[in-house]
Amino acid sequence: MIEIRSLSAKLGGAPVLHDIDATIAPGRVTALVGPNGAGKSTLLAVIGQLLKASAGSVTLDGADLSDMPPPERARRLAILRQNTTITPRLTVADLVGFGRYPHSGGRLDDADLRIVDACLAELDLSALAGRHLDTISGGQRQRALIAMTLAQTPRALLLDEPLNNLDLGHVRRVMEVARTRARAGVAVVVVLHDLSIAARFADALIALKAGRVFAAGRPDEVITGPTLSALYDTPIDVHEVAGSRVVLT
Amino acid sequence: MSRPLLVTGLALAAASAVFLTLGARGDWSFVLAFRGEKLAALIVVGSAVAASTVAFQTVTGNRILTPAIMGFDALYVLIQTLLVFGLGGVGLAALDARVLFGAETALMLGAALVLFAWLLRRGADLNRLVLTGIIFGTLFRSLSGLLNRMIDPADFAVVQSASFARFNSVDDRLLWPAAAVTLLALAALLARHARLDVVALGRDAATALGVDHDREARRVMVLIAVLVSVSTALVGPVVFFGLLVSALTHAVAGTWRHAVLLPLSALLASVVLVAGQTLFERVLSLQTSVSVVIEGLGGAVFLILILRRAAR
Repeated sequence: MIEIRSLSAKLGGAPVLHDIDATIAPGRVTALVGPNGAGKSTLLAVIGQLLKASAGSVTLDGADLSDMPPPERARRLAILRQNTTITPRLTVADLVGFGRYPHSGGRLDDADLRIVDACLAELDLSALAGRHLDTISGGQRQRALIAMTLAQTPRALLLDEPLNNLDLGHVRRVMEVARTRARAGVAVVVVLHDLSIAARFADALIALKAGRVFAAGRPDEVITGPTLSALYDTPIDVHEVAGSRVVLT
Repeated sequence: MSRPLLVTGLALAAASAVFLTLGARGDWSFVLAFRGEKLAALIVVGSAVAASTVAFQTVTGNRILTPAIMGFDALYVLIQTLLVFGLGGVGLAALDARVLFGAETALMLGAALVLFAWLLRRGADLNRLVLTGIIFGTLFRSLSGLLNRMIDPADFAVVQSASFARFNSVDDRLLWPAAAVTLLALAALLARHARLDVVALGRDAATALGVDHDREARRVMVLIAVLVSVSTALVGPVVFFGLLVSALTHAVAGTWRHAVLLPLSALLASVVLVAGQTLFERVLSLQTSVSVVIEGLGGAVFLILILRRAAR
């Protein structure tokens, strides 16, 4: 369980997050939603210790993440940032293999390789395993980056806009993988802009606005016309189609 | 063992054999000992410059930088200029080479460590560190230029000759201490190869994978400072050679693993220096320092890398 208490953070000296309190339970997919600049990516970066909080704390299963040694933290928590660029000329399998670094220290044994293969297969990347990252599409690269975080076999999985560049089939696949991991006891947090996807695949939502928690709860509590209209400052309708909520602007 | 490592290792063995024996006459024990020391100097300096450049490019995430950009060469030339200014060319020649070597190494290393400690403790990132190094380098060059205008022409020639690396006039008393320090620093760098692989992914990715990027970068920068200080104090400033060898290494290595990149760069640099010195000294019988030509080639590689980037 990830517990966020009185968390504030600044970017370049400017306050971005203000006094955030939230609990992210294991076994669930929690979608982080909100308008541009609401602080979603900053919150994820602070949870993942890529950015220091100016106040407050984040704990994972009771342990303060800021006090945890980096290798131990990386064994328990994986984070995918949006727009990650990788400069070395790696193959897809090399990149996913890096996900085992916190466990293997760079020497992959048979068990590590089996996990890498499983993560490649999970994201439909087996056929691309030997291809270099600069020879595949943006969507394929995005899946490879997601597979790397899965290969860390973490207790908490933080994905910042993982659906960027993905086609509809792989959007569904990635969200199903997130759900499968959640069902296995992982606390999964996904930053999403597509609220229909959030309504369909998330078990809980946290909506941020101007660096504060605007709303939190189950999809049927947060994904409503009035709440979303106030969140995004624009008229939004929510319709029920085939048992799933569809958000229309 | 990786194929490029094996081939380059064999090429170095062949180049070394030719360097030691080509055109040799007379007492073989003297010839081998005399040329052996020169060979060792070439390998020590080549390895230090190459491995430090590969590591520097990894931690800065930039393939067109070399540690020389931090101003080591400029500081070395300034030290030489100050000594010539204060003692004169004859006075400098009379100084004990070991004391001079120790003092120069300590000064360059000390300056680098003070800069790292001062800037990194204040939370500056590596880009700011590199920029500050460039500014100090410019300052040192300006000071050297000012002093050069005030010394007599004969002394100026001494400073000029110290401004280029001299691979064939290494003092044998300095070679073995320099080799020992270089070997230790290279071993320490190689021991971090797996972490360097992760650091090469960038700060965020490395941090997410459990490597404290900033701390690792600081430690590697200290090792780089040791390697560059020792090699510069031993033979003089080398600016573009590291760039040439690093580009060659990445072109032939076929891997991103520093377990291969670091030793391969050291071997390639040694091959280039030993083969170049053999060609200039034994085949063409030229007195021109091989460093001038190699630096020219390195400069050309630098321009090609810049133009390639601009074309992208």
